[in-house]
Amino acid sequence: MSERIYVGSRKGLFTLARGKGGWDVEALDFLAEPVSAILPQDDGTLTVALDLGHFGNKFWRRKPGGAWEERPVPAFPAKPEDAADDPHPWSVGKVWAFADGGVKGRIWAGAIPAGLFRSDDGGDSWTLIRALWDIPERRQWQGGGTDQPGLHSILVDPRDPEHVVVAVSSGGAWTTRDGGKSWTVTSKGMYAEYMPPERREDPIAQDPHLLAQCAAKPDVMWCQHHNGTFRSTDGGMTWAEITAIAPSKFGFAVAAHPTDPQTAWFVPAVKDEKRVPVDGKVVVARTRDGGRSFDVLRAGLPQRHAYDLVWRHALDVDATGQRLAFGSTSGGLWTSENGGDSWTALDARLPPISVIRYARA
Amino acid sequence: MPGSRFGAYTDAMPKVSFTSALARFVPVPSVTTEGATVRAALDRVFADHQKLRGYVLDDQGALRRHVIVYVNGKPVGDRVGLSDAVGAADEIYVFQALSGG
Repeated sequence: MSERIYVGSRKGLFTLARGKGGWDVEALDFLAEPVSAILPQDDGTLTVALDLGHFGNKFWRRKPGGAWEERPVPAFPAKPEDAADDPHPWSVGKVWAFADGGVKGRIWAGAIPAGLFRSDDGGDSWTLIRALWDIPERRQWQGGGTDQPGLHSILVDPRDPEHVVVAVSSGGAWTTRDGGKSWTVTSKGMYAEYMPPERREDPIAQDPHLLAQCAAKPDVMWCQHHNGTFRSTDGGMTWAEITAIAPSKFGFAVAAHPTDPQTAWFVPAVKDEKRVPVDGKVVVARTRDGGRSFDVLRAGLPQRHAYDLVWRHALDVDATGQRLAFGSTSGGLWTSENGGDSWTALDARLPPISVIRYARA
Repeated sequence: MPGSRFGAYTDAMPKVSFTSALARFVPVPSVTTEGATVRAALDRVFADHQKLRGYVLDDQGALRRHVIVYVNGKPVGDRVGLSDAVGAADEIYVFQALSGG
């Protein structure tokens, strides 16, 4: 079981450790700096992306037992002369997602605007995946809660590191089977009832908020979409709507059980124009039968005048599937040791939480 | 720079200073440098302080949205090309814009 939780917030990186009395804050790094992504790796290396208000996207890395060091960041190449009408800036705003590439030294990073970058040297250098950035459809991608589209999900197939599924708010889900050299849009089955009728099922018009993958059964993926929840059993090629979720189908976060392909957790909220918990009660929706039915879990969670929204990267499950943690825009943080049956609030009032990740080592 | 308000300076030695807000992250020099434009002067500084570049400029070399460069107290006009002319007696100051929060 993981004994550390990394919490990326609007005002720094909090490390929680599990002691005799439960989880508590063990360390605070980068106080005052917004953390936009966290990558804990199996060897204990920790990389964080900072989204500095004035000075841009920055990476810092700490090796086990070592000190923090600033690291190179991804950057777009020089914007071509003929790209003057490109609706998206050729400059990284922030890095929103990391993924371990499953090959020694390989790391993926997804950004706002929605560039996908890859390092094959442990983060010493980064390359824009041109094959995805250059697809003509990219110019139709739109911001989803941000001015620019953002690439927030990067699922690397544990069986084949060349097979990667990414998702963009708002630009659909995309798959490569050759490590990024070619891409196919794979949002089939998702639909957006808020779009004009002719665009409702347009795969590029989809706004998946987050994808999550069952590590042991990687063909099973879950999606919290702007318009509802979806599940795939064919590696993300096609998606089927899950209609049983309660108390609402809107939300941002989803976590997949690492070994049980039938189990996933969502944190529902009132849909897009409000974005608060239903009836002011924070709950987690869990399915253990592939989405046919849901438990609405609320033991230990605030049930009165709670307006905590949980952002897409602010829910995580550890490698056992028993420990979960999520954090909110109001700085609330809750942990569970029993798959979500009951929750314990961290005794702290943290800054708004953007990302939560269990340590891997 | 031809036609600029300072005329052509081949021996321009403007002074460049950086906001102390940057010192949390990188060493901030206060140096006399060379260059007849803001771009040239900053490039000379960045050549010796490479990490600083990414804090001030975006991927395309334009000023970051929430960074302001003043020349003798006036914000530069060309935030993309940084072509504003500078001369020997000028002071360039790199500052965090309040818009950045």
